Amino acid sequence: MLTYTFRRLLISIPTLLFIAFVIFMLLELAPGDPMAQMPLTIPPEVKEKMRIALGLGEPWWIRFPLWLKQFFIIEPAYWIDNSFGTDLAGGAQRIVSFQSRSPVFDTIAQRLPQTLWVVGMSYVVGVIIALPIGIISAYRQYSVFDQAGTFVSMIGFSVPPFFSGVLLIVIFSVTLGWLPSIYDTTLVVNSWATFKMQIMQMVMPVMVLALQTTAQVSRYMRASMLDNLGQDYVRTARAKGMSESTVVMKHVLRNSMIPVITVIALGIPSIFGGAIITEQIFKVNGLGQLLIIALQGSDIPMVMTLTFLFAILIVMFNLIADVLYGVFDPRIRYD
Amino acid sequence: MTDRDIHADADNLLVAGDPTAPVKAVKARNQWLDVWDQFKTHKGAVASLLFLIFIALFVLIGPWLWGLDPAALDIRNKDVRPIVNALWGAEKVSWAHPMGTDNLGRDLMAQIMQGGRISLAVGAAAMILAILIGTFVGVIAGYFNRLDGILMRLTDLFLALPLLPLLLVMMLLFRDPLRSAFGPEQGIFILIVTGIGITSWMHTARIVRGDVLALKEREYVLAARSIGTPSRRIITRHLLPNVLSPIMVSATLGLATAIITESALSFLGLGFPPDFPTWGKILADSVPRMTAFPERVIWPGLAISLTVLAVNYIGDGLRDALDPRIRGM
Repeated sequence: MLTYTFRRLLISIPTLLFIAFVIFMLLELAPGDPMAQMPLTIPPEVKEKMRIALGLGEPWWIRFPLWLKQFFIIEPAYWIDNSFGTDLAGGAQRIVSFQSRSPVFDTIAQRLPQTLWVVGMSYVVGVIIALPIGIISAYRQYSVFDQAGTFVSMIGFSVPPFFSGVLLIVIFSVTLGWLPSIYDTTLVVNSWATFKMQIMQMVMPVMVLALQTTAQVSRYMRASMLDNLGQDYVRTARAKGMSESTVVMKHVLRNSMIPVITVIALGIPSIFGGAIITEQIFKVNGLGQLLIIALQGSDIPMVMTLTFLFAILIVMFNLIADVLYGVFDPRIRYD
Repeated sequence: MTDRDIHADADNLLVAGDPTAPVKAVKARNQWLDVWDQFKTHKGAVASLLFLIFIALFVLIGPWLWGLDPAALDIRNKDVRPIVNALWGAEKVSWAHPMGTDNLGRDLMAQIMQGGRISLAVGAAAMILAILIGTFVGVIAGYFNRLDGILMRLTDLFLALPLLPLLLVMMLLFRDPLRSAFGPEQGIFILIVTGIGITSWMHTARIVRGDVLALKEREYVLAARSIGTPSRRIITRHLLPNVLSPIMVSATLGLATAIITESALSFLGLGFPPDFPTWGKILADSVPRMTAFPERVIWPGLAISLTVLAVNYIGDGLRDALDPRIRGM
């Protein structure tokens, strides 16, 4: 298992390098110019100096390794310096945003908590709702509950977040006036009243994202439970005289969770993608909104870094899902 | 006695192998008729198919019957509410504009029709492109062992790309050159279709590869090869028809995701140019004024959601109908 994990980690390095290269070349080949927004009155020679100041003077085969060095060596060095008070970085050039002229990772660190709170909470809520739905749907297959569950998950698959979010705002903010439609990130939770405010502003974005998670996970849970309920060991367990709850909740559930856990792990990075839209609707200033703003301003270092971070998430969670599969299912041996 | 019963009886006779039994002439059943019979038993799928046909007619012949220009300004009739609002209060409603008008007096129903044309066209074209790439990669990878490794690594690489951010990057960066090359609408259409197409073929490729891997070991493929059939013809005559059912199912799912992706791009402001309605664009344009006019968000949102829901249900029904183990039960 350990050798397998190690081998997969080694394989993921060239994969990530290749993805970084693809993103870099896509941004490089594109005709967009970060100087396009500058006033036309700036003389050409000054403009050229500004381009060099932004680091655009060198050809791509110098800038790409430089970016890799900044991302993998200099930025972690700064991070270690900040945490432990060492001086590894030695004042080296960090990845700097074109728009704000501040280090990209500082901005990301400011935005990350909001995204993690909303996205992470929605994923947890979605999974917690999905598991019982899947279990009951499978146990009472073709019952009214199962049909309703199928329908709800179909809706979860079909209604895009930019409609469900807007619909929730129309119903709960505009018509009923119960919940705020804009996520206030400056809110500091220090009392019961602010805690209540925080919960209220999180309900809608969390539910929009959770609906998608619930739709997917509950389907997998149901299918996996159905696979296991028909197995011989279930009949044996019942024949031994075990109570129905022990059979379902202990024997069947544990075995059914194996594939579902990997699905849950695989879904984590994609929920970050979905958060781009949800953050836009509820005006959460998280990573998704940061990406949109950076895109609109041709802020190449920011776009590059954010997209690459998403790619790292996907590759890592693919790896985690595969490893978890091997850990939980003793029949699977990768070596 | 229905057709199928006769069919079943004939099968029984053959299985029993009784030489004295009178052999009844059985009309040959087309495979697709069987599929259709099974499909008809899935009520949700049939209702969805009817709804999808309705939507297709609505956006295709609708503008021609309705006759209102979606871009025509009529400032006197601006902010007309939909006709259903008349039920709960005397408001500004008009039978001339059953879905209402926007803040410039443009008819919403004409816009929904026009937008639906674009949304469905983008969805269908992107889905076809994705299916073509996916089937090609899948068949080649499954059939030729030498190419399998490299093509599947490529598929894994594409699956590891953050697709929505990359699509957004592509939209932003290639919008202007394509617009100047093919005109504003044509250029964006090509860009969106290509973008969605080349980022959503991977699942089809994996499914097709798996099926081809299993199929090419069958005896009939061996027989075909032993009489000297070239690979090209084995693929087109023997393998492709047999992987058609998973391809059709993933085509319906692809159509659903393509429609949603296009709307999402339009919603984020990186889709079609302004004043060029698609469902996602109408929705996005209406968000700032949704507190006063919620219906302008609801109409396009409902159109997207119901269409995608219908397509998903059809995919569900198709999956059951194309599975010979379920069929005939």
